[in-house]
Amino acid sequence: MGIAWSHTYAAFGGRDLTGRWGVTALSFFAREGKSKIRSRCLRVAQGVTFAAGCSLLFAGAAYAQSPTNMFDPAATPAHSIFDLSMLVLGITLAIFLIVGGMLLYALIRFRQRPEDSSREPAQIYGSTQIELSWTVIPVLIVVMLFLTTTRVIMGTQGISKPDSTMDVTVIGHQFWWEYRYPKLGIVTANELHIPVSNPKSPLPTYLTMSSADVDHSFWVPRLAGKTDLIPNRVNTMWIDPPDAGLYLGQCAQYCGTQHAKMLLRVYAQSPADFAVWVSQQKKPAQTDFSGNPTAAEGQTVFMHNACINCHTISGTISNGRFGPDLTHLASRDTLASGAIPNNVENLRKWINEPDSIKPGSLMPPMHLNDHDLNAVTAYLAQLR
Amino acid sequence: MMRDASTIPIDAGAIGEPAETPWTLPYRGTVGMACLILAEAAIFIIFVVAYIYYIGKSLSGPTPAQVLELPIFGTVCLLSSSLTVHFAVSALRKGKMRQCTLQLAATVLLGSIFLVTTAREWYHLIHDEGLTIQTNLFGTTYYSLVGLHATHVVVGLTMLSLVLGCSLFGLVKEEHSEKLEVLSLYWHFVDAVWVVVFLVVYVLGR
Amino acid sequence: MSTTTAIEGIDETQASLPGRPPMNVILEWLTTVDHKKIGLMYIGYALIFLLVAGAQAMVMRIQLAVPNNHFVSPQVFNRLFTMHGTTMVFFVGMPILFGFGNYLVPLMIGARDMAFPRLNAFSFWISAFAGLMLYFSYFGANGLSGAGSAPDVGWFAYAPLTARVFSPGHSTDYWTLAIFLSGVGSIGTALNIVTTTICMRCKGMKMTRMPLLVWLYLVMSSLVFVTISPLTAAQIMLTLDRYLGSHFFDTQAGGSAVLWMHFFWIFGHPEVYVLVLPAFAFVNEIVPVFSRKAIFGYPAMVAASVGIGFISLSVWAHHMFTVGMGAGANTFFVFATMVISVPTGIKIFNWLATIWGGKVIFASPMMFCVGFLFQFLIAGLTGIMLSAAPFDWQLGNSYFVVAHFHYVLVGAILFAIFAAFYYWYPKITGRMMSEKLARWHFWLFIIGFHLTFDFMHIPGLLGMPRRIYTYEAGRGWGTLNMIVGIGAVFQAAGLLVFVYNLVRSYYKGKEAGHDPWDAWTLEWSTPSPPPDYNFAIPPSVKSRRPLWDLKHPEDPDADYE
Repeated sequence: MGIAWSHTYAAFGGRDLTGRWGVTALSFFAREGKSKIRSRCLRVAQGVTFAAGCSLLFAGAAYAQSPTNMFDPAATPAHSIFDLSMLVLGITLAIFLIVGGMLLYALIRFRQRPEDSSREPAQIYGSTQIELSWTVIPVLIVVMLFLTTTRVIMGTQGISKPDSTMDVTVIGHQFWWEYRYPKLGIVTANELHIPVSNPKSPLPTYLTMSSADVDHSFWVPRLAGKTDLIPNRVNTMWIDPPDAGLYLGQCAQYCGTQHAKMLLRVYAQSPADFAVWVSQQKKPAQTDFSGNPTAAEGQTVFMHNACINCHTISGTISNGRFGPDLTHLASRDTLASGAIPNNVENLRKWINEPDSIKPGSLMPPMHLNDHDLNAVTAYLAQLR
Repeated sequence: MMRDASTIPIDAGAIGEPAETPWTLPYRGTVGMACLILAEAAIFIIFVVAYIYYIGKSLSGPTPAQVLELPIFGTVCLLSSSLTVHFAVSALRKGKMRQCTLQLAATVLLGSIFLVTTAREWYHLIHDEGLTIQTNLFGTTYYSLVGLHATHVVVGLTMLSLVLGCSLFGLVKEEHSEKLEVLSLYWHFVDAVWVVVFLVVYVLGR
Repeated sequence: MSTTTAIEGIDETQASLPGRPPMNVILEWLTTVDHKKIGLMYIGYALIFLLVAGAQAMVMRIQLAVPNNHFVSPQVFNRLFTMHGTTMVFFVGMPILFGFGNYLVPLMIGARDMAFPRLNAFSFWISAFAGLMLYFSYFGANGLSGAGSAPDVGWFAYAPLTARVFSPGHSTDYWTLAIFLSGVGSIGTALNIVTTTICMRCKGMKMTRMPLLVWLYLVMSSLVFVTISPLTAAQIMLTLDRYLGSHFFDTQAGGSAVLWMHFFWIFGHPEVYVLVLPAFAFVNEIVPVFSRKAIFGYPAMVAASVGIGFISLSVWAHHMFTVGMGAGANTFFVFATMVISVPTGIKIFNWLATIWGGKVIFASPMMFCVGFLFQFLIAGLTGIMLSAAPFDWQLGNSYFVVAHFHYVLVGAILFAIFAAFYYWYPKITGRMMSEKLARWHFWLFIIGFHLTFDFMHIPGLLGMPRRIYTYEAGRGWGTLNMIVGIGAVFQAAGLLVFVYNLVRSYYKGKEAGHDPWDAWTLEWSTPSPPPDYNFAIPPSVKSRRPLWDLKHPEDPDADYE
């Protein structure tokens, strides 16, 4: 019986080189021997280009001329995230180089060579010492990383609201942003104006956020991480850019057809400029168009159409809340939440056929005749 | 010749050795049912979590304290049916067919009574208290949780009735006791879920 | 050898007779309860959907290759990413992995079939039906209001976007129902795998002697029970909301959108472990054979796998760091997510130690495993980056996340699946796949993979969110998206070479024999392909590598473990 066994096992591919299948198995791999050296070179090449590529990647990211580059922080939350991210990137890069390097080394050093004997290598089943060390070291790295991360979480989310803040209520809609300044009595849309925050006497802007319909997310990478706007829930975040400028971003939680064009524009302004903006926004809408008959007619057309059901123009009968506040529409740089520049031509196009600019947006085409369309456009273009 | 040597018994070293301890593995049915119970338990847990999460959050409408009464009678019936099904299984193991049939019938009866009490309770809630699944968060979570449980009771009763019918025709034998035990496991699970639902909805939630 | 000749007669089954009428063959496959045929049907079905979902990805990449593109409308694009994600997870990933599990688990434990063969067949057919139903939505979802087509709510279908008012028509319902049914199939198959593993091992195969593949499938299937069920529950709730007017996720009535997120991610996170554990399983079997060494640290591998299974149930809200859960909750989930990197790292180190001191043979299965090892390492590291919640406040919902999870799904899981194909194809069909075509496949695909998914990280770092059908010029995203798209072309080419190899080798591949790779687990002791009954006489084993013991009687594993 024992002899039968050894025949049997040899017959189906065992170590015995004279066994039929053994020859097949070994010769199969021996045929590959010529490409072994090529294989080794390719493997090294792969590893090297990969490492080079990775460094380029992050270098590229850091220096790219992008207005939404998270590695170009411009406010405290973004700065603290940036510092944490550098630490995390450093640790992960080190781990990659060490482990990846050892892997590469092992694959090259221990590859099968044609001159190898047919003996199987020493079978090592484990080593408690080694396994313990590579459990303990990662645990220590995790602990360190965890503590550092917690510190940043506490520093951003965990701090209490300071006394002097600029408060803005942000309400997300499909597919635009509503901004209300409760202490200033201002309502506007799509372009957020905030004062800069001087590090010596900080004035951070606190955003209190919710949604009127579905989930959205407020993400301006250079200022802070993103925070979601969720219906029936209030979230808060704060930003404090010290430098004046325009900071870009967009909605970062899929909210429907035009999620892609729900863009964010944050204007950080010097105290003087901000004060000018505030005083302008506080004024009710211009209603006297004695010098501009087209605009005056446009105002009439507007007030007699369904426009008033969705939009608010303060000081008039138009007080809808479904669409953006238009009181100072002409003071904005863009229309349709950043989708197009704000000029007369675009405004006319938007009112006539919103789907041509933002297909799927919730503004219906108003089906005005050309005359009325021109009038309304002229009217809205006057609302500074 | 490709398809030559067929599967060769792999028995390295076993020839000539003394007989080892017998190789027994658990019964497939029990393990399978345990897996199913685990999955179903996870579904119920989510509904229970939703119930607990929404306690006190309804914007309007009747509250649990206003409309719910402890379903003592139904609960006693359902829990006793676990006992009777257990007796059915042990009777079958001992080969006592009549006893088994009787206990199965008792189980089906008790389970049906539970369903009737639930139905009556729902009738009262809908017609007298105006509470439906649409009314408020309480209505939503109450009907879905109790309803999901009742669905499982219906499935269990169907299976038990099938076995009862088979045993009435004399088709159930002693060798089927393992299978009946697997079914009884499901029934015990349904009862255990009711204990949780009872505590969460009628005790904690009120 | 009188024993051999007597047994030979059993090998003659109906299936092996030549010239069977096609109708018989079709009927046999439609009504089979044999785990091998069902496994192959799962795999074939998944491959078809892989090509479909891959085509969807191609269209998306074309649309995004330049800013302000008009290749497809936003409505079409939104359906594309929803269908791509849903298809890949539920109708490619799950079936293909269940298919391999179905085929291999009984063979590896010396059993003749699964514990519940008819349940096995039912699970396959209900999953198959579910996939067809999802795609039927393109035609059938119009509903009374004329709205709807394929679902367009994203594969995670956040509430309240899925409410009747925001998603009219039936497209969302097709999503719900298709996944619900596929979940039923998944639970059925998982039940089968667990029961088979516990109750049908051959003599001598204690749990501690099972191949690691079997262990990993056991953990994966156990995870399925507590993973799929929360999604099933949430979908029942969503359907009740949509049709019976309940208020589970109705924010107007006090319901919570965040509750859906919790339920979805309690499913969603362990789900990705359900997908990755079988990938680990394949690598656990292939790397030792092609390093000619036993796997290093078998007990640690088992412990790490079980540990990963358990911990994965506690990390779900790292998908919700931006939802405003509060510092305490965020901190907990940061901790749990970072902790899971420890057993995962242990696995990588064990693979490294298996290769170390071995004799590495770069045959096609091993090439893909090498790709897996590097890529899974990187994917894990970007995962650690995402686990640092503040960093995630920037990176979350951006293309960085998309790049990370594709690195896991494609770079790790798909590569492991390719390795599994090349490794077990000889066993399944009796023929070897072409090594030359395999190399073409490998190099085309890996170049494409890195072009696409390495560069995809950068737009995320530069502020590009996901699920947008177009983007502004001047953000610095255009060139990068173009490169990403070019990589997709290479991957498509590699995939086509692979499919060609699969088909061609069936007819023209070299005869494989029982054991072309000189491997050590039980499936290599059967003929290729195995007969319907797998083993004429059920085997009896004394160690983890029964065939090693037979081939090395002077140095059996049984002495060491």
